[in-house]
Amino acid sequence: MDTSITINNLTKRFGSVVAVNDFSLTIEPGAFLTLLGPSGCGKTTLLRCIAGLEDPDGGEIYIGDKLVFSHARGISLAPGQRNLGLVFQNYALWPHMTVYKNMTFALEVQRLSKEEMDARVKESLAEVQMEGYEDRYPREMSGGQQQRIALARMLAYRPKVFLMDEPLSNLDARLRMDMRGELKHLHHVAKATTVYVTHDQVEALTMSSAIAVMKEGVLQQLGSPDEIYRSPANLFVADFIGNPKVNLLEGMARGNSVDFGEFQIDMDTAGATEEVVVAVRPEDVSISSEPIPGSVEFTAYSVLPSGADSTIIAQLGELEITVRVMGISTISMDDRIWLVFDPQTLNLYDRESGERLVPKS
Amino acid sequence: MTAPAVAQQSLSLRLVASSRRFIRWLTRPQVVLSLIMLFLMFYMIIIPLYRMVMTTITWQPRDVISVPEAEVGGLTLYHYVRMLTGALGKIYLQTPLVHSLTIATGATLLSLFIGGSLAWLVVRTDMPGRRLVNQLALVPYIMPSWTLAQAWLVFFKNRLSGGTPGVFEYLVGTSPPNWLSYGPVPIILCSALHYYTFFFLFVSAALMSIDSNLEEAGELAGASRGRILRKITFPLVLPAILSGVIMTFSKVLGTFGGPNILGTPVRYYVVATMIRGSIGVGDKADAFVLAIVLILFSMTIINLNQRLVGTRKSYETIGGRGFVAQVSKLGKLKKVVLAGVIVFQILVIVVPLGLLVWSSLMLQDGNYSLSNLSLQHWIGPRGTIYNHGEPGVLLNPKIWKTAWNSIRLALWTALFTALIGILLGYAIVKGRGTRLSKLIEQLAFIPYVIPGIAFGAVYIAMFIKPLGPIPALYGTFALLVVVSVGKHIPYSSRSGVSAMMQVGRELEEAAQISGAGVLRRFRAIIFPLTSAGFVSGFLLTFITTMRELSLIILLVTPETQVLASQTMFYIENGDGQMANIVILILITLVAIGNLIISRFRGGSLKKGLGM
Repeated sequence: MDTSITINNLTKRFGSVVAVNDFSLTIEPGAFLTLLGPSGCGKTTLLRCIAGLEDPDGGEIYIGDKLVFSHARGISLAPGQRNLGLVFQNYALWPHMTVYKNMTFALEVQRLSKEEMDARVKESLAEVQMEGYEDRYPREMSGGQQQRIALARMLAYRPKVFLMDEPLSNLDARLRMDMRGELKHLHHVAKATTVYVTHDQVEALTMSSAIAVMKEGVLQQLGSPDEIYRSPANLFVADFIGNPKVNLLEGMARGNSVDFGEFQIDMDTAGATEEVVVAVRPEDVSISSEPIPGSVEFTAYSVLPSGADSTIIAQLGELEITVRVMGISTISMDDRIWLVFDPQTLNLYDRESGERLVPKS
Repeated sequence: MTAPAVAQQSLSLRLVASSRRFIRWLTRPQVVLSLIMLFLMFYMIIIPLYRMVMTTITWQPRDVISVPEAEVGGLTLYHYVRMLTGALGKIYLQTPLVHSLTIATGATLLSLFIGGSLAWLVVRTDMPGRRLVNQLALVPYIMPSWTLAQAWLVFFKNRLSGGTPGVFEYLVGTSPPNWLSYGPVPIILCSALHYYTFFFLFVSAALMSIDSNLEEAGELAGASRGRILRKITFPLVLPAILSGVIMTFSKVLGTFGGPNILGTPVRYYVVATMIRGSIGVGDKADAFVLAIVLILFSMTIINLNQRLVGTRKSYETIGGRGFVAQVSKLGKLKKVVLAGVIVFQILVIVVPLGLLVWSSLMLQDGNYSLSNLSLQHWIGPRGTIYNHGEPGVLLNPKIWKTAWNSIRLALWTALFTALIGILLGYAIVKGRGTRLSKLIEQLAFIPYVIPGIAFGAVYIAMFIKPLGPIPALYGTFALLVVVSVGKHIPYSSRSGVSAMMQVGRELEEAAQISGAGVLRRFRAIIFPLTSAGFVSGFLLTFITTMRELSLIILLVTPETQVLASQTMFYIENGDGQMANIVILILITLVAIGNLIISRFRGGSLKKGLGM
């Protein structure tokens, strides 16, 4: 499948609220793109605009080379004509229809033969490992099973584009983990261009080939999970991505170092002389139990082991830094510890604008 | 295409684009439905109201008799001056209005007390037999509102009406005083015993939905039972009580049957009976002035009520799941309370129906000897000295036709109302947040505040002359259907909205994405999923239409007579026993209808009321 999605200058307002603001984005054929952002950032609205469930107030949308929406030309194809499938947050299985009826509804619209419908249902149920559930009603199944049926319903009519609106958010933590793997595999097999909406950054990082981070209807950054994680384009993205949260240290850029009052870090400041913020991922800080060159002395305020890794909250005066180390840490609370920062891993931001200064984009 | 290219579009392209956008907006199902509903409501509510007002402020042909210089069609305040001031104003309006307000206030308070206490006993105490009481409490609702009035008359009448003794006089030996037989006291009592159902329904639903954690929190804070009831429970059910007050007050204000039966013998007139009187002698403009005053009063009081409670206090108490309510132990009082409730139910249901049956079996009214028992009024032959020579009710082709009219009217009305309800619900819920949706919701509420008899009067104004393509409907059966559907629009929109709210918008959107057109979506998704709401709306409308009198009393003709109006004509004609039989037939039909309809798809009266 080679369907790209192109969004040009899309705007959608609800009364005086601008849900999507002059939004442009190109989604590569076969990509798994995640729209990520806090609730109310416009990601679901954008998805609904692509689906044709909302009528935007400006801009245009292409699916493949087909123009499905253009404000300037007054064009808007009905959702059914856009050849896409949508999995809703609450699954939206029709409660008065059996699984079979749910799955063949769209096929009946397409006037497929009975044999073909049976074959499609069988095939799609197999893909989500729900063989033999044809005659169940939605309420006779668990949440996880309903989720699979919702997926199968979409697979059955073979759309070119998969749209998913927080499909895993109603599942419990364990099931969500399992389904992530399944969804990713499904996408790998079907190779359909997928737009996935979530507010869960872990979900976004684990599943996507590309992530678009949104805030207040505006695209903040588009990139691969690695780019988004390693080099957030601005403070909002840096702060939103990562668990435990990134450390944002406020300081003053002076020549080739940044001064934090208690200590300094030598790094490229791209000539910035203003107030800056340095973003440090917790796992990019190393801890030494004795002073080594270039290290800064902190106190272990709190130690939080969690099996595979441990989180240490280090304190120096007013300053707190979260550090993540592998395995169970030998550090005890109130120990004196020495932190070492790797300038290569640090991102430098302008405090005023929040834009990244180093590394340059 | 790039952005600059778009900006350079010529004017004609832009015109094409905006007209395409407009057409797309116009062809959205919720917009199409909204516009149809808008037209419908304009036609059924706004135009009739406008015509009614116009009639009152222009000279009418018959005015020329009393005011020779009147110019027919010219503007005048003559009718208002005449009806509102001076000696005539006192007789026609002021005194009846005081009576109407007295009755409405009294009946509302009394039914609040009865319905509220009963709801509390059923929902929040350990009284035995609560389930049965819960069901019996709804029975008065299926009886016509004037059933009790008629039964009251059988028991308490004195020689003032009909000149025959009532059961009371037969048992006690003396004639009951006028104040007990007729006038405000029995009218208030009989109305309250009918309308308490609303309070019972609303308050019990509210009590059931209150999270008892809220009360437990009060208890933990050390508050006494009484204090919790007063300070926590009561404010939480206040919105429900308010709904009941609005509904009951406006209903009683517009009710015609009870006051006509129990008030007229002692010249205790209310506005509803005065309107009927004025229409009867052909003074339409005068009747409309009275109707407008009634509407204004009803609106003012409803407004005041809403101000009083305020929107800030209309909390959402429904959490989506049922709460296990904390139950008050009645202890030693249990037996006393139960006995009281049993006696109450017997007095309200068994005794009145028994009295009606008994009276219908008496050959001569007021003769209580066993030898007087007869089936004459049920199956007697034609041409006797009884009932002006009419045959017994069951052998009377006129009654059969009337019964068929009633059933036909109720079924058609219920069908249209339930359908309009679902479509209105769709238009309102789908369009939530748009001005169109708000406008429709508000328009749909208007008939709610127009008392029944006034609403009927409005329709005389509307359909006596042809309007555009619509012929003059006055005197036709269709008009009865139209007026009944119109009056039910507020209820149907309420139940339609609540039925649509249960259907998540995603369910329709999923079908949209599947490529299903709008008709298919309605057929395969919307209608099946709202069928319980449809049946409930159908049921509620069927029952209320079957026994509706005030609304249609001004509009029926001998051809379109229905059972409800037939009883009133029999009563006014002095054939009270025939009337009683017709009431019994009516109740039987409503009960049968209720049984049949509620079998379908989980329909229920409560859902019909939008709960």
